[in-house]
Amino acid sequence: MRPGNDRRTWGARLIILVPFAWLAGLFLVPALIVFKISLSQTALAQPPYTPVFDLSAGWEGLRRALAELSLDNYVALASDALYAASYLKSLQVAAISTLLLLLIGYPIAYAMARAPRGARAVLLVLVILPFWTAFLIRVYAWINILQHDGLLNQALLALGIVDVPVVWLASDTAVYIGLVYSYLPFMVLPLYATLEKLDETLLEAAADLGSPPWKAFWQITVPLSRPGILAGALLCFIPIVGEFVVPDLLGSSTTLMVGQTLWTEFFSNRDWPLASAVAIVMLVLLVGPIVIYQSYQSRALASGR
Amino acid sequence: MPSVGAWRTQGGLRMKEPANGVGRSTDKPLLLRLENVRKRFGDFTAVDRLSLDIRHDEFFALLGPSGCGKSTLMRMVAGFEIPSEGRILLDGVDLADTPPHLRPVNMMFQSYALFPHMTVERNIAFGLKQERLPKDAIRARVAEMLALVQLAPFADRRPDMLSGGQRQRVALARALAKRPKVLLLDEPMAALDKKLREETQFELVELQRRLGTTFVIVTHDQEEAMTVADRMAVMEHGRIAQTGTPVEIYEHPNSRYVATFIGDVNLIQDGRSGGWLALRPEKLRIAREPPAGAGNNAVSGIVTEIGYLGDMSVYKVRTADGLVLKAAVPNVTRVRARPFSHGDQVWLCWEPEAAVSLTR
Repeated sequence: MRPGNDRRTWGARLIILVPFAWLAGLFLVPALIVFKISLSQTALAQPPYTPVFDLSAGWEGLRRALAELSLDNYVALASDALYAASYLKSLQVAAISTLLLLLIGYPIAYAMARAPRGARAVLLVLVILPFWTAFLIRVYAWINILQHDGLLNQALLALGIVDVPVVWLASDTAVYIGLVYSYLPFMVLPLYATLEKLDETLLEAAADLGSPPWKAFWQITVPLSRPGILAGALLCFIPIVGEFVVPDLLGSSTTLMVGQTLWTEFFSNRDWPLASAVAIVMLVLLVGPIVIYQSYQSRALASGR
Repeated sequence: MPSVGAWRTQGGLRMKEPANGVGRSTDKPLLLRLENVRKRFGDFTAVDRLSLDIRHDEFFALLGPSGCGKSTLMRMVAGFEIPSEGRILLDGVDLADTPPHLRPVNMMFQSYALFPHMTVERNIAFGLKQERLPKDAIRARVAEMLALVQLAPFADRRPDMLSGGQRQRVALARALAKRPKVLLLDEPMAALDKKLREETQFELVELQRRLGTTFVIVTHDQEEAMTVADRMAVMEHGRIAQTGTPVEIYEHPNSRYVATFIGDVNLIQDGRSGGWLALRPEKLRIAREPPAGAGNNAVSGIVTEIGYLGDMSVYKVRTADGLVLKAAVPNVTRVRARPFSHGDQVWLCWEPEAAVSLTR
């Protein structure tokens, strides 16, 4: 039936169009606006930058505005070591946190996938449970735990492990604790999803063919959970690079992460164009991992898994 | 009827005949012994004080309906389940303290359990690599196995790019690569379609004869068990109901359970002894006239149903006592009209030795 077919494809197109329109309107357009602002100059005005596209000035006005755009802010980013240090710091913190998350998250996900079927749902709820409390409140709670007379120091003193309270707050350690805590569900859930699907007879087959359990783990379980490892790592790495709340509340002020630098430029210095340039460079830095993730996902879809 | 080599058709069942006369395998030395093996899962007893001997070079079938404990038995030999009681001895050595990865036994899984992230070649090499054999030796053995199952052109494929039959052969090659003392096959043909299954059954027997490895197959398919096995055990509720060659089990079942599980059978209650007479349908002859000189070995009745199966016709005959007997008559000539039709008064008769008397 041709007419019916046509109507269906038209409907299918419409359905695909909705998310595309959503992404275009709420992601692509704002990103382009940020990019445009990054090419502008600061000004004591409202909005605080020039040029401003004024359509009432007509074609000539638009041309003049375009001519005023420049790469000055990117030059500024490149010339001041503060920004490079900030990016490096972000990448370093994200990389180390992701590694820690993987080391902690994998055993958790593995134990969950191996738990009795009835217990799995409960464990899953426990992993998701922290989301029921606001993120900010949970990070503030960590300030309480980590502060000079906080829970952690009290416990360490009571157990006689330390004689004087340890300074936890305003350190990289505190940032790593906060990040690992905050992002653990994003690592555990994709890992659990792949490990739970793992066919246990494959491990029996490996044992049958002479592979002891620890070896079978590396030969079978780890390679087959690679999609989960990759998904979890990218789901953690990408947002941690731009993380602001955790380093700002728990970290020191000596080296700032990009999120903090951006915040300072935007709110303290009111330098919207430079802040935009910072954001655009961060986006470009993250395109690499995002592309890896996307291509992996589409390959996984293509192979029907 | 096409020729099927060493197989004969008997009452619709193909049966493997001993290769070098009767009892080919009974004179071979003992390889695998199960002694009073019992396996309980909570309150459920899957295998119940079962004893069994399997000899060198034997093709042995464990046959039974699902849930009879045959798979559990096999998994205990492989080491995936630990017996609650009893011993499993391989070449006289108790396997109790040997974990699965150290047992000289390999298994072909029902789902094949091929490693999806490895090529055919690496799947077959997997077991050899665990032994840290030299690379050349591994490569040579893998090539040999690939040739054996005729999959050399597919060496670099991943399992998801193979057909069901090819996957099955990879699983077989992988399990045989390490030259196990016993190859365990868990419902190896379950995932194949009927035609491929029949071909594979013959190939498997051919392979087993060529390699001289002991094969133990678990199946719920009586036809499959009879086709491939030198000897078989029929299982019921975690116990062995009968052990013997396919011919022994078909011709001399020791109980109504075995007689009805293997092939088709007429059971006639024997009024005097309280036992039963088991009569295979193909051993009944059908005639219009009472046979001369036959006493007890004939009953008369009325034809109630006729089934034409091509190679044979099955007649259901109701006797005066209300008993319904099945008689299978081979269609040796191309008859236009059926010799008997519904409602005909007929006689069923059989040779005295055709009937087996059963007490349980």
